[in-house]
Amino acid sequence: MNIHEYQAKEILSEFGVKIAEGGIAYSVEEAVQRAREIEGDVWVVKAQIHSGARGKAGGIKVCKTHAEVQAAAEELLGKVLVTHQSGAAGKLCSRVYIEAGTKIEKEIYLSFLIDRSTERVIMVGSAQGGMEIETLAKTNPEAIVKIYIEPAVGLQDFQARKMAFALGLDSSLLNHAVKTIKGCYRALRDLDANILEINPLVVTANNEIIALDAKMAFDENALYRRHKIAELRDNSQVDPREVAAAEVGLSYVGLDGDIGCMINGAGLAMATMDMIKLAGGEPANFLDVGGGASAERTEKAFRLVLADKNVKAMLVNIFAGINRCDWIAEGVVQAVKNIGMQVPLVVRLSGTNVEEGRKIIADSGMKIITADTLAEAAEKVVAARNQVVAQES
Amino acid sequence: MAILIDEKTRIIVQGFTGKIGTFHAQEMIEYGSNVVGGVTPGKGGQKHLGLPVFNTVKEAVQQVGAEASIVFVPPAFAADSIMEAADAGIRYCVAITDGIPTQDMMTVKNFLRRFPKEERMMLTGPNCAGTISPERSMLGIMPGHIYVRGNVGVVGRSGTLGYEAADQMRALGIGISTSVGIGGDPIIGSSHLDVLEKLEQDPETKVALMIGEIGGPMEVDAGIFFKENMTKPLVAYIAGLTAPEGRRMGHAGAIISSAGESAAEKVALLKELGVIISPTPSLMGQTVAEVLARM
Repeated sequence: MNIHEYQAKEILSEFGVKIAEGGIAYSVEEAVQRAREIEGDVWVVKAQIHSGARGKAGGIKVCKTHAEVQAAAEELLGKVLVTHQSGAAGKLCSRVYIEAGTKIEKEIYLSFLIDRSTERVIMVGSAQGGMEIETLAKTNPEAIVKIYIEPAVGLQDFQARKMAFALGLDSSLLNHAVKTIKGCYRALRDLDANILEINPLVVTANNEIIALDAKMAFDENALYRRHKIAELRDNSQVDPREVAAAEVGLSYVGLDGDIGCMINGAGLAMATMDMIKLAGGEPANFLDVGGGASAERTEKAFRLVLADKNVKAMLVNIFAGINRCDWIAEGVVQAVKNIGMQVPLVVRLSGTNVEEGRKIIADSGMKIITADTLAEAAEKVVAARNQVVAQES
Repeated sequence: MAILIDEKTRIIVQGFTGKIGTFHAQEMIEYGSNVVGGVTPGKGGQKHLGLPVFNTVKEAVQQVGAEASIVFVPPAFAADSIMEAADAGIRYCVAITDGIPTQDMMTVKNFLRRFPKEERMMLTGPNCAGTISPERSMLGIMPGHIYVRGNVGVVGRSGTLGYEAADQMRALGIGISTSVGIGGDPIIGSSHLDVLEKLEQDPETKVALMIGEIGGPMEVDAGIFFKENMTKPLVAYIAGLTAPEGRRMGHAGAIISSAGESAAEKVALLKELGVIISPTPSLMGQTVAEVLARM
């Protein structure tokens, strides 16, 4: 789960990381008011969306007067920002963060994440801050420093010092740097974050270390024990179809194609989508209905898939393990009846009680296309989709 | 003998008396697995499904000689149960539980590493379908009837895609020595490589099938191990050709977050290493059949 920059900064400041003075605003009036409250003569108005690369997309504005702050807030609030990380649909900016301008002497990069291969937290730093780490990894990999942290003992001071020196920080800043680095690590560990990235972390003209940007993402599986973090969820930043799916406990990812999918198991879902692509189609979504697909759940899944108006044909592929094909078949028939499906449906059932399941589909009198194998199912659904498209034109 | 489990392996169920634990314990017993009891703290001394319930895993090891365990404990408590099994001297543990926090798994793996290698419990999962040595023992939640005994060792992250592979092979008259589900989470007990190491040493296994997916370095690591250490052919399918970068595809671990993690990149790297690729998920059985025919 992602949170906004200003929320991450609030968290980090609780862990001893210094941030510039700032405040959140939901309206233009509030934005100007925040600027009035913050001393100085430069303010930065920052669009709060769950995406990086906001600067290049015009989401960050440096202002010299309150009038400029007002103009920036007017422009950003309510605007959908498309960055190269946000996806084509972009993200709605419904709040802006007003921050005191900072005189930057040096920009550095610092992040913490859970490394899958070593099963440890890894601290990543670079003296070249401000640019994307992915770009840096390609153009100048030796400029990136990695330090692995032993889970049982945690981040030690010597490791924090090692990072501080590798980042080229002045000795006068050593204590402050160690405090900042250790604070970040504790925030990640204590709050079950997966990723914490500060890009850039800056040294100011006053010789202070400040987190100028902050990104944190949290482990969904740990939110049950992180109530304060769970409250920061902002569904306006997530595909509404995914929000609706999560509410009924389904795992859904919206895609750009037009063949709707309902499959049980994440691996089989990905494989089925591969088959659709190989057969010449494009999946409209990833949808894993999970192990216990009841009739009610099946209907909810159908509604979710069909809520996407791009869907021109739908494929159901269920390999029943704990499930039984006859239960699934009943759910499918009921869903088709209740929803009044407008697009062709291909159903492929396999596994426990497959014969009973196929019989229920056959006896239903519904216009349901059936398939025995994965390949046949993919071919049939692509053919059905092509037919719909041909009729439309 | 198969790898990890056979008809003699003495199995206990952790989270035995819960609804899910009860259902799958029954299924395993019906399949012929040697389930000797279960653990539910506070219910020790009772009988459940005609078998003894213990308060601790240690008691189960001491009193009924438990060697393997299967964990159905809810996510908030599952890491603790896995560590209890390791501490009690269980040799092999399958964690079925889905939704264990990543940092809990980091703690579990760190705990396991403290044991010397010869005393260390093997863990597969969490978030997996379990392990089956067909017609001998099932330590998992899969539909046992689709697995036929034979010479192909299978390792995969996904449950249902593993069923798909077993079903395709059954249709072609090909059986399985042992099939191991390693789970879809970012941090898991055993990798593809760990299981391939065992399949390579297993006299019953002639060919190995690896079912991978996007995200993480695990499949490529297994490919390097194959090139350097394996004498048996390895067939692989990697799911997720259509998955967009940076999006989690159901499994918490199925997310393309860095170079080399997409399905296309993994397939290219594995091909270079000499792994035989099943180009589509519907050809997993067929590809294995062709390899077997050439042997």
